[in-house]
Amino acid sequence: MAIYKLKTPVSEEDTRKLGVNDTVYITGTIITARDAAHKRALKHYSEGKEIPINLEGLVIFHCGPVAKKEKNEWKIIAAGPTTSSRMNSFESEFIKNFKVRIIVGKGGMDSKTTNAMKKYGAVYGAFTGGAAVLAAKAIKHVKSVEWIDLGIPEAMWVLEVNEFGPLTIAIDTHENNLYENIQFKVEKERTKIYKKLGI
Amino acid sequence: MVSGKVVEDITVKLLQLAVTELPQDVKDALRKAHHEEESAVGRAQLKAILDNVDLAEKTHSPICQDTGVVIFYVKAGAQVKGLNKIESALRKGTARATREVPLRPNAVNPFTQKNTGDNTGRNIPYINWQVVPGDTLEITVLPKGGGSENVSALKMLPPSRGIKGLKKFVVDTVINGGAKPCPPIVLGVAVGGGADIAMKLAKATLLKPIGEPNIDPDLAKLEKELREAINSTGIGPMGLGGKTTVLDLKIDFAHRHPASYPVAVVVQCWAARRASALIYSDGKVDILSHKAV
Repeated sequence: MAIYKLKTPVSEEDTRKLGVNDTVYITGTIITARDAAHKRALKHYSEGKEIPINLEGLVIFHCGPVAKKEKNEWKIIAAGPTTSSRMNSFESEFIKNFKVRIIVGKGGMDSKTTNAMKKYGAVYGAFTGGAAVLAAKAIKHVKSVEWIDLGIPEAMWVLEVNEFGPLTIAIDTHENNLYENIQFKVEKERTKIYKKLGI
Repeated sequence: MVSGKVVEDITVKLLQLAVTELPQDVKDALRKAHHEEESAVGRAQLKAILDNVDLAEKTHSPICQDTGVVIFYVKAGAQVKGLNKIESALRKGTARATREVPLRPNAVNPFTQKNTGDNTGRNIPYINWQVVPGDTLEITVLPKGGGSENVSALKMLPPSRGIKGLKKFVVDTVINGGAKPCPPIVLGVAVGGGADIAMKLAKATLLKPIGEPNIDPDLAKLEKELREAINSTGIGPMGLGGKTTVLDLKIDFAHRHPASYPVAVVVQCWAARRASALIYSDGKVDILSHKAV
């Protein structure tokens, strides 16, 4: 359960060192992307079109922030993680094509994503769901916003962060998945609970 | 005569209060959970939640970036004049709060996928009306987050399955939801009426304070039994393991059709936000859910 402070771009060597239960803080650039941004980025890739930012070594944050424009400058007011499983169908391709190193969200991701993380050297960091002000506090400024036509929550926000975290590494590059471990334990409890409730 | 401007202003105030400051009963329940949690990861999650709640309150920022879909519950006194102005005042107040608080724009057309940008749209904000005796107007706002809503569920059980079927469905819904609804959660359970009636009753239980026992002793017992069963799943805070999965569970019911046994389970995240106010005929306003501000 070590604590790491990482700077972007994060190298594959950095992520391969991490294990589940480790705590990570990130300084550098993180990019928000939800369903729509993942979908569009992959579509652009398949059509051979450039996407607005080179994502190699960067951190993808599953988040649709509350943002406010003050004197022509965007400010992030609240930025907690959204449910990552909605991105399950996109993430393995996304990691493979864009070489992102850390995926941040809540609730964990599926075995397809876990396999891709092992293969390409990426990890999943859990940020406490709903802790939006803690997250916003670490955001120093909005570098740019791409694909704003998707709406504020779905756009890609390019954010400069300082010690963004704590992130609990919940999927590492060795195919360990904390959520799957908990689910396995919960399944064992399910039968006992049925019995106790007389069902 | 109720003034549209007063209602609009109070709508902005209620939304601001709801999304930035949790009611005392919710804060107390989260502190208790942190105090009692035995899992290190679970405790760390609850610590982050409590720190975040404090920070949001101090900086007047939304607790969570998902400021929800806006739902109102209006208890309109039958003698209140000017009720025809309430709906437009609630809509205007919602749009204004979206800019001023700010709230995240969360109203998307399901066919064109276009976001209206101000949290108003067709049937949104949704208004639940109830006509009551008297000349006061009580407005409650329930901003409802999407992550927890997505694991809410309805099942039309065969009536022969009865309470056993209800218990199994509640436990299964929570286990299937796992980490997704941001546990520790609050659950609203309702049975009977019909598909829509059960869902509405279940959601309305979220307006009751955490820890307030059911007035029906048999239902209070069933609530306790289900709470204990859910907390023994081990899902824990944020689904990362621990002993607190549910902060509270409330049950309501309607009499049912002989052929139907609808069971509704509405899931609410730890950020169980709500705010309400009472508007008197002279325009005086009392905030009911939060301390005087």
